[in-house]
Amino acid sequence: MMSDLTQLGVKAIRDGVSGGDFTAREVAEAFNAAVAGAAALNAFIVTTPDHALAAADAVDERRAQGEALGVMGGVPIGMKDLFCTKGVQTTAASHILEGFIPQYESTVSSNLWAAGAGMLGKLNLDQFAMGSSNETSYFGNVSSPWRKDGTNAAMSPGGSSGGSAASVSARIAPAATGTDTGGSIRQPAAFAGICGIKPTYGRCSRWGVVAFASSLDQAGPMAHSVEDCAIMLGAMAGFDPKDATSLKMDVPDWEAALDADLKGKRIGIPREYRMEGTDQAILDSWEQGKAWLRDAGAEIVDISLPHTKYALPAYYIIAPAEASSNLARYDGVRYGLRDLPEGSGLQDMYAATRAAGFGDEVKRRVLIGTYVLSAGFYDAYYTQAQKIRALVAQDFAQAWAQCDAILAPTTPTASFPLGSLSDDPLTMYLNDVFAVPASLAGLPAMSVPCGVTSEGLPLGLQLVGKAFDEQGVLNAGLAIEERAGFTAKPEKWW
Amino acid sequence: MSNYRIQGATGEWEVVIGLEVHAQVTSNSKLFSGADTTFGAEPNTQVSLVDAAMPGMLPVPNRECIRQAVRTGMAIEAQINKYSRFDRKNYFYADLPQGYQISQLYHPIVGEGSLTIDADDKAGIPEDKVIGIERIHVEQDAGKLMHDQHPTMSYVDLNRCGVALMEIVSKPDMTSPAEAGAYVRKLRSILRYVGSCDGNMEQGSMRADVNVSVRKVGDTELGTRTETKNVNSVRFVMAVIEGEARRQVALIEDGGTVVQETRLYDPDRNETRSMRSKEDAHDYRYFPDPDLLPLELEQDFLDACRASLPELPDAKRARYTDALGLTPYNARELTAEVETFARFETLLAATAGLLGKGEEAVATQVANWSLSVAPGVMNALGDEANPAHATAAAQAAILKMQAAGEISGGQAKEIYEIVLKTGREPGEIAETEGLKQQSDTGAIEAVIDEVLASNTDKVEQYKSGKDKLFGFFVGQTMKAMQGKGNPAVVNQLLKDKLG
Amino acid sequence: MSVNKADVAKIASLARIRMDDAALERMVPELNNILGWVEQLGEVDTSGVEPMTAVIANTLRLRDDVVDADPLTAGGRREDVLANAPAAEHGFFGVPKVIE
Ligand SMILES: [Mg+2]
Ligand SMILES: [Zn+2]
Repeated sequence: MMSDLTQLGVKAIRDGVSGGDFTAREVAEAFNAAVAGAAALNAFIVTTPDHALAAADAVDERRAQGEALGVMGGVPIGMKDLFCTKGVQTTAASHILEGFIPQYESTVSSNLWAAGAGMLGKLNLDQFAMGSSNETSYFGNVSSPWRKDGTNAAMSPGGSSGGSAASVSARIAPAATGTDTGGSIRQPAAFAGICGIKPTYGRCSRWGVVAFASSLDQAGPMAHSVEDCAIMLGAMAGFDPKDATSLKMDVPDWEAALDADLKGKRIGIPREYRMEGTDQAILDSWEQGKAWLRDAGAEIVDISLPHTKYALPAYYIIAPAEASSNLARYDGVRYGLRDLPEGSGLQDMYAATRAAGFGDEVKRRVLIGTYVLSAGFYDAYYTQAQKIRALVAQDFAQAWAQCDAILAPTTPTASFPLGSLSDDPLTMYLNDVFAVPASLAGLPAMSVPCGVTSEGLPLGLQLVGKAFDEQGVLNAGLAIEERAGFTAKPEKWW
Repeated sequence: MSNYRIQGATGEWEVVIGLEVHAQVTSNSKLFSGADTTFGAEPNTQVSLVDAAMPGMLPVPNRECIRQAVRTGMAIEAQINKYSRFDRKNYFYADLPQGYQISQLYHPIVGEGSLTIDADDKAGIPEDKVIGIERIHVEQDAGKLMHDQHPTMSYVDLNRCGVALMEIVSKPDMTSPAEAGAYVRKLRSILRYVGSCDGNMEQGSMRADVNVSVRKVGDTELGTRTETKNVNSVRFVMAVIEGEARRQVALIEDGGTVVQETRLYDPDRNETRSMRSKEDAHDYRYFPDPDLLPLELEQDFLDACRASLPELPDAKRARYTDALGLTPYNARELTAEVETFARFETLLAATAGLLGKGEEAVATQVANWSLSVAPGVMNALGDEANPAHATAAAQAAILKMQAAGEISGGQAKEIYEIVLKTGREPGEIAETEGLKQQSDTGAIEAVIDEVLASNTDKVEQYKSGKDKLFGFFVGQTMKAMQGKGNPAVVNQLLKDKLG
Repeated sequence: MSVNKADVAKIASLARIRMDDAALERMVPELNNILGWVEQLGEVDTSGVEPMTAVIANTLRLRDDVVDADPLTAGGRREDVLANAPAAEHGFFGVPKVIE
């Protein structure tokens, strides 16, 4: 019975709890046990079984009183350790924040708790969400639960939301929060054979989320199904007056409006996404995706997004530039690590603290960001990148005249072994080549599992929609999900 | 060009001055957080998670701070930019939790404007000297460091951190310490009129970065400038300019060169010194703050800002002389401070109202009263005076009696003295204390007749041409009436009687 | 454009990240790889293009001037503000003595 519960997703748990099939406490206990048994994945930085139990008991109590349980009622989730959680260590997977206990709760996490969810723990990630393989965490790599058929090499869960992806696909959490700056929800979702959606920029409040690149960061859910994502995104999203970039719009009932019938919809296929270095398996899955969407009633149209090639390099100017400034607050004065070498002054303390506290990839990006903003280089790099960003957004705007949503691969390859790319930052960056354009344009985008490679590794397809049209993205995702019939699960080895 | 010159060994030098004034915007809460801005609180008690730059904290701008900056821009007839942006100015310091100051570089909210400083003959400031203003931008204040509380540590208080400032950047249009002083005074006056800054320099609500360079008289190129930071009084601004100009001239004449640098003023030694601690980071890596969208102002908002502007110092002064008929001196004195003109205008309206006359008819009387009589009485009484009794109603009542000839100037003072001490009603004081003028012609005539009768010899002399004796008769009459005779009536009747 | 060791040292100093010689040496080719790669942005003719300012068309919302309107962004919580400080004394944050 208990082990069965961990196979359930958000909707099944919520409906089971509210229907009395099992209690929220039983669910929380089952997942707490699964978490405790999965230390080998290193998916969690800290576990919070008591938080999960307390939330579950509150839901069970409400049910006993005949009260509404909330759209996430009784669902324990994993929380990416980029969300500040009151009283629970929040590190962004960096040594510099080790031991930091926020005195506040992020808007997104507090929305989830208000919707009846509980927390299993804080999920590992790439340090400050900088990475695509979960190898930059101070607290160690996350292992994907997936392995290539017949091998036992540790595989990357993707990044930066690698702990989130690993925990959901290993069924030690039914769902998890992620954040996506340049693909950090979609790429790990694709690697792990789960769904993940990055909503329109501004849908989810950034208040209380450790910032990486403010103009790109967006929170979103990672879960087993499109429907679970719709439910959880509904709980996370909403206007927040504390975030000046928050969208002042009502949150639609995405769950209720799910509809896989795509009659009358046009799906764009961007020709520039046929890139060198893309696996044949990925290209095949893309062809398959077109066929499925056609089958769902959609018209497939070729479109052009001419500046696609420049999106990734532009991203690698803009994101590090913002990060170099956002990370300036980690200085050893008010919280986190302080390294004060004997006899050193204030500025030495900063330099020592940041040298000791930041990992290599973080340093690399802070240095790049510092450089591109510095006197004499600002226009050539930063201004040019922001102009190209405008062109990338304009490409999408023009595409919407021809189509309602876009279908593309999520990643150019399936997962790779941990360590295989870690000394080659540029190749690592290419992981996000298909994900970054939608991030630059602030558009909603989702990855849905569509099959496995010949080696048994999951693949994802990406859907990109118009601003505010999460529904269109979810519906097209649902059409793929229904036809893909993705049921593969990683074999338990942990 | 003023005639301020520095006499060097190699000839005459002139000085070029530009000021960046940081003025704290009057608002209840901070620029980007809800924390209180009240001065003088316990350390770190007015600090929000946003101000302390906790991870994940975000700025949301305060409308009032934007409104006050716009109104200030309008008051100096500046270009108001409907589109502006906040940028980040990146540098590391312990009083700057975010590691950057949210400021405006590329698109400030207020563009070019100007103000006219007050002419001053003695100081060599000509009539209509206009100082250009480059821009006004809105930014966050930093926290405060305390260095004397602990042997090896500095202490950081973030109460001020995030309080809204306007940085008002002048053009290098000033050419003497006096002009710079007049500029700061005029700017302060405008800010206080507008209500966008309390102008309290002791509490740091206004402080100036003083940019100074020198050049040989006749040269057109600007010399290398230094910037002396955070100078917090008009006197110090002038002292910094004098000292810095002399230092630069001596340096150049000794064969050295002026380094563009940041300096600090030490008022105790009256000298500036280089701030090496801030030297290295002159690369601020400004870029638009990605946490904030562009600020786009609606026409309605701008219209409301304009409609809310009060009469400004120059306009008020002109009205005082032109419409109210005050002397230029009185007009200037009365318009110098917000409290002064506010008191004056209240009293003027009350007095004119009581007398049923136009304000221009009583303005001179009220001005003299406000500027010299009333403060004189107040000062003479010292602690005995209760300022709460100095109401406009009481003063207007006194002025009305005086204007109607019921009391003399001396009586007015005496009555006001009693008012200040006791709060009693002026009319009642005049009655019960016998502080009223005799205007009854019959009674005065009787006294005059007596005076003339007992001085027949003097009357003879007067009539034979000794005009000066008229004063003697007035004096005798007033003396006989114990000073209570209405002088105008006394004069008139004496003239009639003496022919 | 490319950077040499002295450039990297200057950038690291601006970013307040202490780096020894070996670290600087290592960083030079890494940064140059990335900078060489982003150089391709120069191929794009962007004359007449306005740099992006708002990701999603939206204007800045302003808040009312009310003290402590929302407890989450309010002052008056010194305890919380100092709770994680490496050195908090007498209600202040302590830092190594600064000479101005
Ligand atoms: Mg300055
Ligand atoms: Zn400033």
